[in-house]
Amino acid sequence: MAEQTTPDKKPAPKKKPADDGRIPPPPSSHYERPGMMDQVRDSQIWRSIFRHGYPNTVRNRSLAVLSNIFLHLHPINVRSSGLRLSFTWCMGGLTFFLFLIETITGVLLMFYYRPTAEYAYQDIIALAEHVPMGIMRELHRWGAHAMVITVWLHMFRVFMTGSYKPPREFNWNVGVILLVLTLLLSFTGYLLPWDQLAIWAITVGSNMARATPLLGYEGPLASLMAVGDVGLVHSGDDARFALLGGRFVGEATLLRFYVLHCIFIPLAAAILMAVHFWRIRKDGGISGPL
Amino acid sequence: MTETLYGFFNALSEPKMFFALFTIIVFVMIWKREIVCTNKFGIAMFIVSSVFFVWALGHPGFYKNVSKADNVPIVFMLFLVGYFTWLSFRRAVINDRRMERGELPEEAVENPKKVLTWPDLVYSEFICSVLFMAVMMIWALALDAPLEEPANPGKTPNPSKAPWYFLGLQEMLVYYDPWLAGVVLPGMIIVGLMAIPYVDTNPKGNGYYTFNERPFAITTFLFGFIVLWVSMIILMTFLRGPNQAFFGPFEEWNLHKVEPTVNIQFSQIFWESWLGMKRPEFWLTREMPGILLCLGYVFVLPFLLGQTLFRKMLGQMGMPRYLTMISMFLIMLALPIKMILRWAFNLQFIVNIQELFLNV
Ligand code: HEM
Repeated sequence: MAEQTTPDKKPAPKKKPADDGRIPPPPSSHYERPGMMDQVRDSQIWRSIFRHGYPNTVRNRSLAVLSNIFLHLHPINVRSSGLRLSFTWCMGGLTFFLFLIETITGVLLMFYYRPTAEYAYQDIIALAEHVPMGIMRELHRWGAHAMVITVWLHMFRVFMTGSYKPPREFNWNVGVILLVLTLLLSFTGYLLPWDQLAIWAITVGSNMARATPLLGYEGPLASLMAVGDVGLVHSGDDARFALLGGRFVGEATLLRFYVLHCIFIPLAAAILMAVHFWRIRKDGGISGPL
Repeated sequence: MTETLYGFFNALSEPKMFFALFTIIVFVMIWKREIVCTNKFGIAMFIVSSVFFVWALGHPGFYKNVSKADNVPIVFMLFLVGYFTWLSFRRAVINDRRMERGELPEEAVENPKKVLTWPDLVYSEFICSVLFMAVMMIWALALDAPLEEPANPGKTPNPSKAPWYFLGLQEMLVYYDPWLAGVVLPGMIIVGLMAIPYVDTNPKGNGYYTFNERPFAITTFLFGFIVLWVSMIILMTFLRGPNQAFFGPFEEWNLHKVEPTVNIQFSQIFWESWLGMKRPEFWLTREMPGILLCLGYVFVLPFLLGQTLFRKMLGQMGMPRYLTMISMFLIMLALPIKMILRWAFNLQFIVNIQELFLNV
């Protein structure tokens, strides 16, 4: 990985940089004969995309990370202790990878799925019956379960290495919100197949909202929320009603959960992940002993 | 012979025993970590648990339970949590030994070497993704996603369970009312997690595995994560059937099993058993002892502990941090305390104000 230097040879006379202000094309002089790949790399198209030479020097390898919007969420160099698989268990990375799988398979599923009480179940059946070799639903469902597991294990690892300690306190908090969002993503998605498993799991899960203190109609002290004799909190306007869009899990809930599941929560999670990764970099990369 | 073993494991899985067993396992693991972290022990545990698992699959009820499509990931999770706990202890013990000898932790030795993200990190990320994608493909091909009958609001299945990752909370419903188990305590878990970096003022153990440098933090976290979260999920998923009754792993689910419940309120114990008089009519007087007990737990106990058991910690952290830490700590312990009270005295509520839906 050491920089390629040729101490005994005189440096070649500098070429005048191209006038358009771009980084000059990679020096291909050290090749015997420019091969096809070299010609491709010298082409204007290639150079318009990758603004650095072949990543075999420290400078170009750094540029490979810096000049790519996705890669630049990484730091330029990392501690070798943090690279060890037995240090991070790759759990954060796998969580993110699962998020990508979920996004792609989820978009494909959306082509076939209509979030109405009339069609939802039919569409899931159709998916299983009419799409040959279809494993998108399987990938999506198992990916969701796996993501919950990897996010827990990731948190476990971060705790065991004490990586939440300064200066990473804030990133731990971003993580906690991501954990909640991951669970909510799974929870809202659980309803969409619109089968018995789905509506009853969501019913049981959301029944608790009835008991929210002050805001749920069976919650403690809710009876105090009254103006004179008129109670303000009842089954038609309490916390559970707001969550479900109705007194029970019905069509309004399906639409609500669908929108949350496909748009709002993934968007929020994606933005927070960007913050999370960026903060890892700003906080000095993967933690290591000082 | 098999029957006796089935009976033995059924008895071991009974909620009381189950909870006690997991607690003991976590504490013994911490205490005997020098032995636990060896390769031999790890491999032996893996073989023992796998053999047990394969043997148990011979029982139709057990097989049905663990092979339910949505339950398969939980079985994976159990093995993964076991493995990673072992791994982190292994690395912690190795580092602790090194530091006892006055050496730096392993991570610190590797630390000065920095490598470039491209190619070292990017390539290993790429390889991990490819391998993991293969695992996901095999899983997706081997196991169909479940689909039951169409939704029918008129037909409640028995048992009805929340999605599996919330089953720890559903298990809490056995001991606490929904407003606590479903709203306040989950909220507190989130707040408590967020508070961790601000209350843990111990500067050591930042960025490497260690146990000896932060025994209290790790013990508390492991107790919360393994005993109160993972084990409760296992209990609710695999060991509770119709009517939320307990069923051993080798017991067929039977719709008619209803657990006899004797519910005793703290006010009964206080007024009738201890004072030997009738309970007062007015709810505030009736529940006053319970209310005082709860207020004492939340507002007085922290200060008592600060003067005694946690004196040193209070000195190190300062009052605001200490109070945040101790409230979270006590709220976490409220679950096992209530469980034990339930099992020992059939105690249902400490404060029981039906008039306001306020039960603790
Ligand atoms: C959707 C969820 C999440 C994603 C995609 C994610 C992703 C990542 C990735 C890729 C890393 C790099 C190191 C590694 O792989 O371990 C990381 C580090 C980190 N994560 Fe997360 N994470 C998530 C959730 C969480 C949660 C739930 C927490 C804690 C409660 C957390 C706290 C942290 C912290 C503190 C670091 C820095 C660790 C260090 O420097 O050693 N993250 N995360």
